[in-house]
Amino acid sequence: MTRSNKVREPLLHLSKRASLNPVKAGLIRLAALALGLVICGLAAFLLIDKLRQNPGKIGAFYYTFIKGSFSTTRKFWKYFKNLSILLCIALALTPAFRMRFWNTGGEGQTLVGVLGCIAVAFYLGGRIPEWLLLILMLLAALACGAVWGLIPALFKARWNTNETLFTLMMNYVATYLVAFFLEVWVTNGSGALPKQQYGKLPTVGNAYLLIILVVLALTVGLYIYLNYTKHGYEISVVGESVRTAQYVGISDKKVIIRTMMLSGALCGLAGYLIGAGLDQSITTESAGGQGFTAIMVSWLGKFNPVAMILTAGLIQLLNQGAAQISQDFDVSGALPNVIVGIILFFIIGCEFFINYEVHFPGLRRHAAQRKEGVK
Amino acid sequence: MEKQLALQMRGITKRFGSVLANDHVDLDVYRGEILAILGENGCGKTTLMNMIAGIYFPDDGRIFMDGREVVIRSPKDAFAHGIGMIHQHFKLVDLFTAAENIVLGVEEEGRYNLKEVNERVNGIARKYGFHIDPQKKIYDMSVSEKQTVEIIKVLYRGADILILDEPTAVLTPQEIDRLFTVLRRMREDGKSIIIITHKLHEVLEVSDRVAILRRGEHIATVSTRDADESSLTEMMVGKKISLNIDRPQPVNPAPRLEVKHLNLHDAEGMHVLRDISFTANGGEILGIAGIAGSGQRQLLEAIAGLQPHVSGEIIFHNPKKDKPVTFFHKSMKRVKELGAQGAFHDGKQQPVSFAGMSTKEVRKWVESGDVLFREDETINLRDKTPLQIRELGVRLSFVPEDRLGMGLVGSMGITDNMMLRSYRKGAGGFLDRKKPRALADEIIRELEVSTPGVNSPVRRLSGGNVQKVLVGREIAFTPKVLMAAYPVRGLDINSSYTIYRLLNKQKENGVAVLFVGEDLDVLLELCDRILVINSGAVTGLVDARAATKEEIGLMMTRTASVRKEEA
Repeated sequence: MTRSNKVREPLLHLSKRASLNPVKAGLIRLAALALGLVICGLAAFLLIDKLRQNPGKIGAFYYTFIKGSFSTTRKFWKYFKNLSILLCIALALTPAFRMRFWNTGGEGQTLVGVLGCIAVAFYLGGRIPEWLLLILMLLAALACGAVWGLIPALFKARWNTNETLFTLMMNYVATYLVAFFLEVWVTNGSGALPKQQYGKLPTVGNAYLLIILVVLALTVGLYIYLNYTKHGYEISVVGESVRTAQYVGISDKKVIIRTMMLSGALCGLAGYLIGAGLDQSITTESAGGQGFTAIMVSWLGKFNPVAMILTAGLIQLLNQGAAQISQDFDVSGALPNVIVGIILFFIIGCEFFINYEVHFPGLRRHAAQRKEGVK
Repeated sequence: MEKQLALQMRGITKRFGSVLANDHVDLDVYRGEILAILGENGCGKTTLMNMIAGIYFPDDGRIFMDGREVVIRSPKDAFAHGIGMIHQHFKLVDLFTAAENIVLGVEEEGRYNLKEVNERVNGIARKYGFHIDPQKKIYDMSVSEKQTVEIIKVLYRGADILILDEPTAVLTPQEIDRLFTVLRRMREDGKSIIIITHKLHEVLEVSDRVAILRRGEHIATVSTRDADESSLTEMMVGKKISLNIDRPQPVNPAPRLEVKHLNLHDAEGMHVLRDISFTANGGEILGIAGIAGSGQRQLLEAIAGLQPHVSGEIIFHNPKKDKPVTFFHKSMKRVKELGAQGAFHDGKQQPVSFAGMSTKEVRKWVESGDVLFREDETINLRDKTPLQIRELGVRLSFVPEDRLGMGLVGSMGITDNMMLRSYRKGAGGFLDRKKPRALADEIIRELEVSTPGVNSPVRRLSGGNVQKVLVGREIAFTPKVLMAAYPVRGLDINSSYTIYRLLNKQKENGVAVLFVGEDLDVLLELCDRILVINSGAVTGLVDARAATKEEIGLMMTRTASVRKEEA
């Protein structure tokens, strides 16, 4: 009689890892990425007709992810431009996240930033010098974003409202506010605001380089702010424990309000880069959902501004890959996003295996018994 | 008489990550005995018992009941085998009555008949000598009554083996006596009682045998008759240590902190502290005793400026007499005001007057160090925030009960935790980590903190090391008043004695130490005076050198109104 058929025990159990060395964590992430790529290839094979009929094209399928971002110089710069805007919003959310204030309002805060700067360009464009206009547009974008961040912060500090829902709802208010102004500004019935003639950021090198440099500087600046300043320290303390903050005399309310104004203002900056640097116009879709994607960028980057360059880069790579897939394989709708979603699922899911260890007690015992048997 | 084996554990092993919580433990439990499981915190006592109770599943090893191997995968399995555990933290529904809690989750044939349940509960209570009202709601109950409900809950399910996890931690001496009487009756009835504890005298008082665990290993099981405190400690710790706490005589005690008629209401308007008055002297340890949740935490937090809605006075006597005036905590305006009031003298007892002097001249005189305080400063701390208190130059240290949730930031390293109190120092917006780093190194060296590095998160340190970091920081800025809430809770014996030594050192330096404790034996050995509170009111103040445990136990349960009638 062996024990194994008499005693039934749990198949596996989990335990939280105390710590994991970075190399091993990196390997787990790489493995997850590889597995994600394999599964998404399988899914693509099943779902995309062109691929099923011609399995040899699987290599071309994987190549689309590179092709989408790097096949031409234009795509290359566009990739870094998109990455920068996404990173900018993610950076903006990060101080709030470090404070455990779940700011899901990046979309709306960015959008009101665009609105602020386009409003200034609309009303003052051509009447004042271009340099002054650009500064006023910047100030307007920062102020609008800051106000959009301040409102939920005030409610949180005063009545302890739920910030996740509050900031989320503020996104819709922002969208309809933009729709309202479009009604006011666009009188020809087209609903689309034509490109503004004034208030365009100067080009450095090419159309996108200035934006990229601004966001790069912001990354470094925010890294220093969060890790080496008194403000950054206060944010970490409040995030970890409000009671500890009170115990040492940090006013948690003040820190919440200050940090959310910063978070909102930086979203406003992203809005300025979109409004004055790229679009010269506004629609209700000017933020394009990046306010939500940025949440993922920040989380995956563990709220570390430098690591977020990588996560933003990866997510942008996948996004442009999805666009390329629909172009190259004649698929439309949500299918490319499903395929990209599979990869993301694995990348996010692997965090579980970084935080927890899985044991198979049965397997270990079998191995031990086999060893004894050899003896 | 030959005893009958009830439960055997063989080679029980449990790992949590890389930590080996139980390492091949063999243990026998007999019918009709009280077995004490003794060991320091973190030695694996509770883990081991949780595996019998079905909370955890062992990685390796076998459990036998009445000679047959059994598998216990859930608390339900455990109950099926007649094993019940009474956890340290009660698991009761507040809004239900005792009887409702007791039947909760019991699957029985037939209809749910609360009347019958009440009778059965009363029957169990009569049999073993419990006092319980089955129809009383949990939220109306004292800690001791809740514990009774937990025990009856287990008996109701027909348990023959009862495991009690640190049952005495929250009870008064009188309640402990009652509990032990009940446990003895259950033993006479043939039940097996396993009691987890780290209090030696209780082990000696109630148990038949003692199993000692150390770092997850079963060291020995001895008959209580053959054991004494020092032999048990030696097995627990692994080496001989002295169990005496020093208590030097206070030198020149002078009032340092005076609390007068302190009242506090919480956010719901409940009266939490009632008319509390006492004086803490410099050079003395004032113990604060009381049942858990009697307002100890709120009292210390009120003094530290963490509780709004305080009325009364909290007077801090800053020992400034004949000390030079500085601008460190005082503005020029305030110095001039005090000068006009005649608060300063010039070292020859001649009053200092700034009349007719320019600000520059005043500054020069004060900075020369010749302007001295005439009297000690008195500062009222009521309605002051922790920051204001510090800015007034009141050196008040506070070691809170919740170390990682309040005293420290768990995710930060020791260096960053050292900065908590001092990070504002220095001009500009940037942090200066140099001094905190030096302090961190010093604390690690002086207090022998074992840590992988100054920057590894303090959350990962053991309880004793966390406490050393916290106490070390609070002592580092030479306090005049040091408040410590349950500073040795969860610490092993060596760490506890380190903390006692540190507190005594502060006392010798003339600090007024307030020590909130739960172990009356320790309070009686360490403190000079003991203040007893119950339900937020003072019910006694005794000389710790003369008082007895029973005396304090009675004060812990009597109400303030009774005391007033006596007076």
